[in-house]
Amino acid sequence: MTREWTLDARRLLCPMPVIKTQDKIKELAAGDKLVVTCTDPGVLHDIPAWCRINGHQVLARETKGREITITIRI
Amino acid sequence: MLTNINPKAISLISGGLDSMLATKVILDQGIHVEGINFFTGFCVEGHTQAIRKKDRQKKKRNNALWVAEQLGIKLHIIDVIDEYKNVLLNPKHGYGQHLNPCLDCKIFMVNKAKSWMEEHAFDFIITGEVIGQRPKSQRKETMPLIAKESGAFEKLLRPLCAKNLPETLPEQAGWVVREKLYDFHGRNRKPQIALAESFGFTGYSQPAGGCCFLTDKTYAKKLADLWQARNKRDYELDDIMLLKAGRHLRPKPHFKVIISREEGENHYLSGYRRDFILMTTLSHPGPVALIDGTPDKGDLELAARLVARYSQGRDAELVTLSVMQPDGTRSQLTVPPLLPMEVSDAWHV
Ligand code: SF4
Repeated sequence: MTREWTLDARRLLCPMPVIKTQDKIKELAAGDKLVVTCTDPGVLHDIPAWCRINGHQVLARETKGREITITIRI
Repeated sequence: MLTNINPKAISLISGGLDSMLATKVILDQGIHVEGINFFTGFCVEGHTQAIRKKDRQKKKRNNALWVAEQLGIKLHIIDVIDEYKNVLLNPKHGYGQHLNPCLDCKIFMVNKAKSWMEEHAFDFIITGEVIGQRPKSQRKETMPLIAKESGAFEKLLRPLCAKNLPETLPEQAGWVVREKLYDFHGRNRKPQIALAESFGFTGYSQPAGGCCFLTDKTYAKKLADLWQARNKRDYELDDIMLLKAGRHLRPKPHFKVIISREEGENHYLSGYRRDFILMTTLSHPGPVALIDGTPDKGDLELAARLVARYSQGRDAELVTLSVMQPDGTRSQLTVPPLLPMEVSDAWHV
């Protein structure tokens, strides 16, 4: 069963959202989904880059006003 | 000879060219390498870009992640903000040109990499250091010192200058072929650039000043001012982030006014309204300002006049401002903006 998790990384500047995502993913199981909410636009580049090198899949990225959400499959 | 058939190395990746080359040299010897990058809070990576609106449009990247991706290795980014305080505040080997404790910083990072190596059953550590590259931290004498004080000893390999140094464990064990390592030294960067070319690397970053804000004169001055004003050499992450945003003016020793310069900074500074007094102009368009310190009533009025000076009401007789305390209590002040000659140059931090 896919479990879905959320992570609030708003107001954090890069690379803190990446570090928080990395640390959260360490606790999750393969197949889980993680939705990260951020405000630093740098995450649009950094989180997908981190996912690519560590073998996770970015399922969606959405920007609403100043908030960005990135959905990752572990 | 040690009989580890699959040795693994952890490489300190700063995001610059040297650590990228050092890693590639070892990868090409068939070793499994993963990268490690430490976030001290002072790293040059994109903060001001994230804060300032004009820079938000720029495509930015985290250089350490970019390097890892180019090399096809995993990267572990480690938050060392709290532990790094002791390195910055009490550097055993002193500071470089500004507030950069480079030698202690290197020892600290190699030591952290060593702990990571031990926890993850890796075998040795790689750095991109080159003898003579940096006047203080990368000298012939500092190489063994870093190896010793970090506790890494012979498990620390610098592939770019290894031939100028005694053999390390990975060489002795036959995991790495010493002949295929390099003997770079000095400040000349031509050998690195030639090696990068031979690997087909393009688009790598070569920061001029160093990898962190502590080597920046203006930034170091703001940090020193913060310590002096607080009578305490200490900081939180928010303090050091705020030093990167807005203009900082200190009209009196016990308070400082941080004034936004554009829309991106308005948003960023407003995010601190629960930590500082927040001022905004009501009668005219203007900046957002935070007051850091312990201002009394008269000081608040002076701060308001200063903020008014940076608003579009600078030539008006009076400007009205909203003053919000961290607990949410609001009041208003109507003040004449300061005249240009009333803003002392010495206030600019
Ligand atoms: S420039 Fe900054 S991060 Fe780099 S070694 Fe010096 S203190 Fe450490």
